Amino acid sequence: MTDLRAGAAANYRAARTLPIRAEWRRQWSRARTRWALGLMFLLPLIILVAFQFDNGGDDNGGGEFGSLIDMATSGGLNFTLFCLYVSATFLLVVAVALFCGDTVASEAQWGSLRYLLAVPVPRARLVAVKLIVALGYSGLALLTLAGTALAVGTARYGWEPLRSTVANEIAPGPGLVRLLGILGYLAVVLLVVAGLAFLLSVSTDAPLGAVGGAVLLWILSSILDQITALGAVRNLLPTHYSTAWLGLLSTPAQYDDIVKGAISAVVYATLFWSLAFWRFTRKDVTS
Amino acid sequence: MSPPLSRTRRRLLAGGAVLLVLAGALTWAVWPDDPGYRTQDARIAVRSGPGGDESVELDTRLFLPDGASATDKVPAVLLAHGFGGTKESTYSDAEELAGIGYAVLTWTARGFGRSGGQIHLDNPDYEVRDAQRLVDWLAARPEIRTDAPGDPRVGVVGSSYGGGLALMLAGQDQRIDAAVPMATWNDLAGAFLPESTGQGAVDGVFKKTWAGLFFGNGAGAGLGALGDAVAGGGAPDLGALVGADPACGRFAADVCAAYQRIATTGRADQAAVDLLRRSSPATVLDRIKAPTLLVQGTADTLFPLSEADANARGIAATGTPVRVAWFTGGHDGGDGPQSDRDRIKFLMAQWLDHYVKGTGPAPADSFTWSRITGFNALDRGVVTSGYSDPAYPGLGGTQTSTVTVTGPAQTVANPPAGNPAAISSLPGAGGGLSSFVNGVVTDLPGQHARFTSTPLDRPLDIVGAPTVRIRAASPTGEAVLFVKLYDVDPAGVATLSSGLVAPVRLTGLPAEISAAQPVSVTLPAIVHRVEAGHTLRIAVATSDQAFATPAQPAVYTVAVPDDATAVTLPTVPGEPIASPQVIWRYVLVGLLVAIAVGLVVVVLVVRRRRGRHDTSVHPEYADLPLRVDGLRKVYGDFVAVDRVDFEVRRGQVVGLLGPNGAGKTTTLRVLMGMTKPTAGQVHVFGHPLVPGSPVLSRIGALVEGPGFLPHLSGLANLRAYWAATGRPEEDAQMERALEIAGLGESVHRRVKTYSHGMRQRLAIAQAMLGLPELLVLDEPTDGLDPPQIAEMRRVLRRYATDGRAVLVSSHLLAEVEQTCTHVVVVNKGGIVASGPVDEIVGESPSVQIEVSDAGAAAGVLGRLAGVRSVAVDGDPRQLVVDTNGTARSEVVAELVRAGIGVERVVPRRRLEDAFLALVGESSSGSGDR
Repeated sequence: MTDLRAGAAANYRAARTLPIRAEWRRQWSRARTRWALGLMFLLPLIILVAFQFDNGGDDNGGGEFGSLIDMATSGGLNFTLFCLYVSATFLLVVAVALFCGDTVASEAQWGSLRYLLAVPVPRARLVAVKLIVALGYSGLALLTLAGTALAVGTARYGWEPLRSTVANEIAPGPGLVRLLGILGYLAVVLLVVAGLAFLLSVSTDAPLGAVGGAVLLWILSSILDQITALGAVRNLLPTHYSTAWLGLLSTPAQYDDIVKGAISAVVYATLFWSLAFWRFTRKDVTS
Repeated sequence: MSPPLSRTRRRLLAGGAVLLVLAGALTWAVWPDDPGYRTQDARIAVRSGPGGDESVELDTRLFLPDGASATDKVPAVLLAHGFGGTKESTYSDAEELAGIGYAVLTWTARGFGRSGGQIHLDNPDYEVRDAQRLVDWLAARPEIRTDAPGDPRVGVVGSSYGGGLALMLAGQDQRIDAAVPMATWNDLAGAFLPESTGQGAVDGVFKKTWAGLFFGNGAGAGLGALGDAVAGGGAPDLGALVGADPACGRFAADVCAAYQRIATTGRADQAAVDLLRRSSPATVLDRIKAPTLLVQGTADTLFPLSEADANARGIAATGTPVRVAWFTGGHDGGDGPQSDRDRIKFLMAQWLDHYVKGTGPAPADSFTWSRITGFNALDRGVVTSGYSDPAYPGLGGTQTSTVTVTGPAQTVANPPAGNPAAISSLPGAGGGLSSFVNGVVTDLPGQHARFTSTPLDRPLDIVGAPTVRIRAASPTGEAVLFVKLYDVDPAGVATLSSGLVAPVRLTGLPAEISAAQPVSVTLPAIVHRVEAGHTLRIAVATSDQAFATPAQPAVYTVAVPDDATAVTLPTVPGEPIASPQVIWRYVLVGLLVAIAVGLVVVVLVVRRRRGRHDTSVHPEYADLPLRVDGLRKVYGDFVAVDRVDFEVRRGQVVGLLGPNGAGKTTTLRVLMGMTKPTAGQVHVFGHPLVPGSPVLSRIGALVEGPGFLPHLSGLANLRAYWAATGRPEEDAQMERALEIAGLGESVHRRVKTYSHGMRQRLAIAQAMLGLPELLVLDEPTDGLDPPQIAEMRRVLRRYATDGRAVLVSSHLLAEVEQTCTHVVVVNKGGIVASGPVDEIVGESPSVQIEVSDAGAAAGVLGRLAGVRSVAVDGDPRQLVVDTNGTARSEVVAELVRAGIGVERVVPRRRLEDAFLALVGESSSGSGDR
């Protein structure tokens, strides 16, 4: 073990620079962090209020899983599921891209990145801490959404079994476990967005470019996934398995696609993060 | 700050390369493969009919694998299509078989498509004889392997109508080496006129919807083909088509007449049953010597599992190898999910390879089946799990369980003309989810009786045909009833497995239920798991949309023996077939382990490399705050800094002076570890400096302007910065820094509201946090007003006491002169001059003189002893004189004595000499650095 403090100022330890707590506060101080989390908190409430105006009119369609919408008001668990269903494809993607894409790029834009590097915060540590905190906020956003939805949904519609037309109803206890499984899988799938956004974040000093780029690429992948002519190529798209969590509503739960989706997400996220580390630890910071 | 062009070009190149790779991968993925076979279409005239003398042309296509030739012969497969299809319907199956090395002969059966003749329903004299002639044709092909002259090595594969043909052909022609009939019938009469108490087809209940669909398909296909032929300019047997009968289409007259008789009355006569039986494998099973793989679907209300069961028993009775496989598809369920398709394909290839090609081990006798275990969220299909058992147990299972259903006698009404009728299945909806969607299944109130069990205390895997005993009474002495087994979940949702029902026609019934005798009903064979907590329900209904029921209204009474009867449920425990999908779980675990190991390895390697890093202190420089040797930085092909050497000693305030673009900022960037030098070394207190060196913590910096979080106040920014250093708060000397910043109450305002100068002062304060031993400031007075500049000079001079040092960059000579103790002048990336300011700023031996006549003055001075040089500036009145020790007063006196007017005498300084010369040379700078 080398003396990493060689020649350092008193009380300086490379491993203590940019503590996670400091970075957490740094991000928390930003209005966009609080707005994003606030939206996650408000969304279930808005949906709940919107359902009060529901006159039970038209059919929503959507095939076997369209019933998720019809059954949203059958209990707290179903309400939570509905909130996740409607936000998984876009809102959560944007939130994760925001937390992970903005974190380094905005420091570069403000010029504060060079002062962090001059502290000096070792580059690998800076990237790691930034990533951990961004993932922490992303997870918090997901949990805020689900937690609020579960709380208000249960308060309004009761602690009822999880219902869907694709399977028998699932008792509330196991239903909650399924819901947690869904949250876990969503979190894993969103790692791809996190990876992509973070890679862009260390590559540019335009936060909007990193966030927007990640969201756009995600949408592009979703569009390509709709083109069945691409055949097996679609299996390689990062979004291909993004709805595999619906398999957890089946009885018994279907894990095969979830497993494949997890593999896909982990591979992509690892690739993107590795690239991000590789890039940031080598690049000349010019802004 | 635009990156050099070459970098942009490099990025473009990299992006282009990535795009190319992606496009290449995409093209490779969608590019059609070499098919590995070639096809030959031919119209083959065959002679069939009872006398073997009726000629008909068949539309055929032969798939020959690449490499098949007279010297390299291949085995063959006859591939027959389903009812209403043509040779085109089996194209993809033929491709797959050709891909594994078989010559595949597909053809359009007589009565369909562009083949001639009429539909005789796989009649031994017609369709089956046609196929025999095709076997002859294959035997004559040089590429086809033969067992004996005229006896090709050939298997026969077909589904539904084609499966019936496969069995019939295997029974009629001993040259067939193996048969794989799928989703087909044993007794066509029994299939269309089923009866579940064991009575014959004459008393069967007519399966009118399916029969109608079939008849419409055959008749319609004929008429449709007529239209095609006319539009297309003529099929060869146009004459035969023109004569087509609108009532019968291309059906043979006897088949058509039999259908019309049955469909009209809903009852079959013996002649019709005999006709259908002629087209049934049941009549030839004892002659089948070809090993047979029977594949049947569990979602098949047309040809249910019992048909394959009868075929299996009949063939096995003669000792011929038989294997049975069930899949979750059929005439209602389609091809089933991918896992089932893969299993069936594997079984078929294995069967053909062993018995036709002669390769591979003998297939086991094991019975395989699958059960729906859920929905697939992605393709909206069903997910199944496969099971196997060492031997085919038949429909009675290897074990049986009984569940008692109870209920009183109930009266049920037979609706007139069978309308409204219960819906159990949607024949012809084909391949969809019709039979799985519970909502479709309806029993009409008043038309059905229910007998229900108590909730099951353990789950039950039904594999086979359950049986139940019922009693019925009818005022007419006769009743047609439909017996169904429902799985009812705790919420009351009832599931009828695959929409299968058992139709019964009971005769000789008493009018009173008390006198009714129990009859045993064999329910359709199913594969279904009843979960614990669910109940079983036996429903006895009077109507079903798929069947013909008596037209007369009547009220029956239905009961179970003793108001409680046991339902016998066959079960097969079975071994789950490992799904190939399970492998992905191991892949995932392996991947996670690999990533974890990879992470550990990377961390170890990085630590080790860092360990090898030179941490020794350079002894000569140990007390030097900064020592720069041979620094060089190249961006692409642009040299930003070249051969820069200087040092900063304790107590010094060193000025880095140069015009804009001289390389000052690049030098400072390297000092701060933001940029890696191309060559050269930087030592800070003797420690070699690389990006992220801990020794950087002894440097406080302001480089390229302030960088603050705009939404935070000045104070919060300083706190956030210090928090990022991870050092104790008391080390920060926050008060002192704030004092230097001198922002007063503004320190609590958000930085985004600050003026440029305020930010600059805050940035200097930030650089001074913790009182670093070396302070590096890039253009510190930028944006400050004169009093603040003066104050800043004092601050910096004071700072460089107590062994600390300051490095200041500036493009202003005056700035450096007034602030610094030492100066380094840079231009175009290199050092021009360096040394103590006093020394450099000190008086130069040269003096600038403005005179009335520069020419005369030059002459005067040239004569003056000791004055070495005289230069005339551009201005004719300006002279620069190197006095070389001669006193300036003497020079002036000499000029005045010579009568030359002296306007001004300005002493010149070395620094100014150097600096102005540089700026004068290239005030445009050498680029933005």
